[in-house]
Amino acid sequence: MTDFYAIDSALSEEERAVRDSVHRFVDERVLPIIGDCYVEGRFPRDLVPELASLGVFGANLPEEYGCAGLNNVSYGLIMQELERGDSGVRSFASVQGALVMYPIFAFGSDEQKRAYLPKMANGEIIGCFGLTEPDYGSNPAGMLTMAREQSDGSWVLNGAKMWITNGSTAQVAVVWAKTNGDTDERSIRGFVVPTNAPGFTARDQKGKLSLRASDTSELVLQDVHVPADAVLPKSAGLKSPLMCLTQARYGIAWGSVGAAIACYEEAASYACNRVMFGKPIGAFQLQQARLAEMLTEIVKGQLLTLHLGRLKDAGTMTPQQVSLAKRNNVSMATDVAREARRLLGANGILAEYASMRHMANLESVYTYEGTHDVHTLVLGQAITGLNAFQ
Amino acid sequence: MKMAVCIKRAADMETRFKIAANGTSVDETGVKFDIADFDGFAVEAALQLKEKDGAGDVTVISLGPDAVQETLRKALSMGADKAVHLKADAVPADALAIARVLADELKGGGYDLVLFGRMAIDAANQSVGPMAAELLGVPCVSAVSQLTIANGRGTARRELEGAAEILEFPLPAVVTIDEGIARPRLPSLKGIMAAKKKPLEVKPAQVGASRVKITKMELPPERTGGRIIGEGPAAVPELVRLLQTEAKVL
Amino acid sequence: MANTFAFVESRGGELRRVGLEAVTAARQLADATGGGEVHALVIGAPGIAAKSEMIAAHGADVVDAVEHPGLALYSPEVVAATAAARIRAGTYRAAFFSASAQGRDLAPRVAAQLGVALAADITAFEASSDAMVVRHPMNTGKVIATLSITGTPVLLSLRPGAVTATRAPRTARTETIAPAMDPASARVVPKELLAGNTAKLDLGEAPVIVSGGRGLRAPENFKLVEDLASAFGNAAVGATRAVTDDGWRPHTDQIGQTGRLVSPDLYVACGISGAIQHLAGMRTSKTIVAINKDREAPIFKVADYGVVGDVLEVLPVLTDAVRKAKQSH
Repeated sequence: MTDFYAIDSALSEEERAVRDSVHRFVDERVLPIIGDCYVEGRFPRDLVPELASLGVFGANLPEEYGCAGLNNVSYGLIMQELERGDSGVRSFASVQGALVMYPIFAFGSDEQKRAYLPKMANGEIIGCFGLTEPDYGSNPAGMLTMAREQSDGSWVLNGAKMWITNGSTAQVAVVWAKTNGDTDERSIRGFVVPTNAPGFTARDQKGKLSLRASDTSELVLQDVHVPADAVLPKSAGLKSPLMCLTQARYGIAWGSVGAAIACYEEAASYACNRVMFGKPIGAFQLQQARLAEMLTEIVKGQLLTLHLGRLKDAGTMTPQQVSLAKRNNVSMATDVAREARRLLGANGILAEYASMRHMANLESVYTYEGTHDVHTLVLGQAITGLNAFQ
Repeated sequence: MKMAVCIKRAADMETRFKIAANGTSVDETGVKFDIADFDGFAVEAALQLKEKDGAGDVTVISLGPDAVQETLRKALSMGADKAVHLKADAVPADALAIARVLADELKGGGYDLVLFGRMAIDAANQSVGPMAAELLGVPCVSAVSQLTIANGRGTARRELEGAAEILEFPLPAVVTIDEGIARPRLPSLKGIMAAKKKPLEVKPAQVGASRVKITKMELPPERTGGRIIGEGPAAVPELVRLLQTEAKVL
Repeated sequence: MANTFAFVESRGGELRRVGLEAVTAARQLADATGGGEVHALVIGAPGIAAKSEMIAAHGADVVDAVEHPGLALYSPEVVAATAAARIRAGTYRAAFFSASAQGRDLAPRVAAQLGVALAADITAFEASSDAMVVRHPMNTGKVIATLSITGTPVLLSLRPGAVTATRAPRTARTETIAPAMDPASARVVPKELLAGNTAKLDLGEAPVIVSGGRGLRAPENFKLVEDLASAFGNAAVGATRAVTDDGWRPHTDQIGQTGRLVSPDLYVACGISGAIQHLAGMRTSKTIVAINKDREAPIFKVADYGVVGDVLEVLPVLTDAVRKAKQSH
């Protein structure tokens, strides 16, 4: 995509180099296979070691844990480029980095950090994040999963989680559970649970029409026994998993721009090549209007995430600022994808073209990590001070 | 082995080029730059030789304005160990002038092997490497498509028109790298971070007189195309007819 | 009065056409600048001197031949030193080489030894009062530069085919001279010349090229491309970077930005989408035919004749039709 608003000039050389490397990786390794993976409903697992060597997992975590130690704008650019490939691939990286490595980094003991982070950075251990439940999505405070402390300090976990990315491929699950009664959200704590523990089962959810190139699973914990050191010692209350979500949502605000860019570039190229009534369809006003709208929304989205990244690097970013970006960018990306699909005409329904795949994927992205509506109320509350959630 | 790779910063050849207002160069607005194609192969070849040996040192060198530092850092992020920026306002059009600057830098370096890309993808002279070798007084094999180094000697294959030749040579030597040896690796994100800490020395370059001057740059005539003459096997008779009567190539 | 020099490339005891192109170019320059002789140099194994007549027939006034058993193969250091010595010994305005695989190795060495400028891979040349003015494609042929080169002599290497070798018979003085250095003392030692499949035309010389890409779907299907090339009779087979990277065809068959640059009379692109780096290699072909099942493929924008269809279905039918067309002539 031509850098229409010269945003590259606002990036450092390092940030551009990071973006270019992941961009090339996606072009060479993801795009050639992802349409087939999507149709077949399979996550391209073979790419995991390559993604790991590239350094994409936990890229903004410190070098001492085997991570790339990049700043948050670079992290965002990675997510943007991965999702330019596919939301399912970016979801894998988001989960591994922001929802598994991050909580271990933020709430874990030194032993846990040393035991898990380097191996997760190099792809040896894949993790998943168990927060959402069949009856508790937008309202994680209501979760039913319980962790009962035993006399020797170990824990027994019971519960079910749903819509868990990487669930069936993960060796480790970061499971959030209440430790004191089913109404006490302040008792929520995180547990690092090996997925081969007796009583732990993960089953892929079938029949998805979105995020098909991604493993989405149900997790069932039935008297799963974990040792005392499985708890993330600094985790305390709902605030802990929400902090993880803020990390992931930040990445998604960037990622959705990548999906929009993919659709826009495909549409723009098609418009210049596809001839109808004696000229390229890009010569007709209605198509130009579509493309102009797409470009404008993408540029706005890029500027939004760039500034957000600078705030995050300065340490001043708030979750409400992330909500604004996630909400806007995912919504605009769904519009861009849909309009691109329409511009492509009949060809646009084929898996050979990316737009409809992105369009379908983005419906999940619209819903997960805080639905569009939830983020609307986050902003509403930030503006008015009044809680409209219930 | 102590190796040096001379690299050039060149425009992305996918660009739709426009001629600059001065009429003698290409308009660089909005153009992306990177390590010139063949030079990227040379960097990769050097890195692979270093990895195969399990030891070695790769220095990348580039002549040009400050912008070439980004290109040098790209090579560092691929795994080169140090970089030297020979600072000059512009890269001269005279390949011998370039070769003289590079030879001056390479002279005291004690390099076992100096690699170049076969040619700069933009200037397309394919001259600097062999010229530099002559100035250094070392053996040179150019446009190599296969290369093995063992016990201080090298064996190289060069592709010719409808044939190939094999040559042997002693180190130290200059070798220019063609297609077929290696594709440049993707810099890992850690590599990008590490590049910032690797030494990048800036030295002013003494560029001598250039006897080559670009007096005009122009775009070639546009190709007109886009004529679809038919679909599937049914189009064949018409195609053959056109090739015979219109294009007169059959 | 300055003379003009031409290095005449040979291989395996035979002159190469590009060598005669260099002689023709020298003759053209000598005639255009009003007098002066054309001095040619040819180097090879004993017997190469017999080719002097052919060289003279293309316009050389003087032909120097170097014959040595150690020079059956191209020995870069010896050839470069000999050419440099020969040029140094005379008064030349310009010295022509070929921008062939050999010439692109040789000419820069000679230029550096003489300390003069080299205009490489030129497509046109002209002498002005104080400079040589040449044209040279740059940026994979996307821009054409006009360059002015000063100094004497100016070395020039000609893009193969830029000049057509033309007979211009002269009565030439021929001489056999010694190489400027002992081949046995060369550091770079030529070991072997691997002749390609002699039945195959080289991509740089074939009037027709039939080329295949990913649209062929599997390496075995390249047989269809080869069949079409055989039907033409004077065609070479090329490939895209995608299929050479995947190992379907050797790297030497690759046409593109970092592969071969070709300019045949007819280029038939089979199952090739037309990536920019491929177009860079064949864009200057006189006539381009494209066969691809994707109507939006970029190749169609540069094709003179496009056929939208499955290349696996179209090729056999086309091969048959070409064979019949050739037979009826």
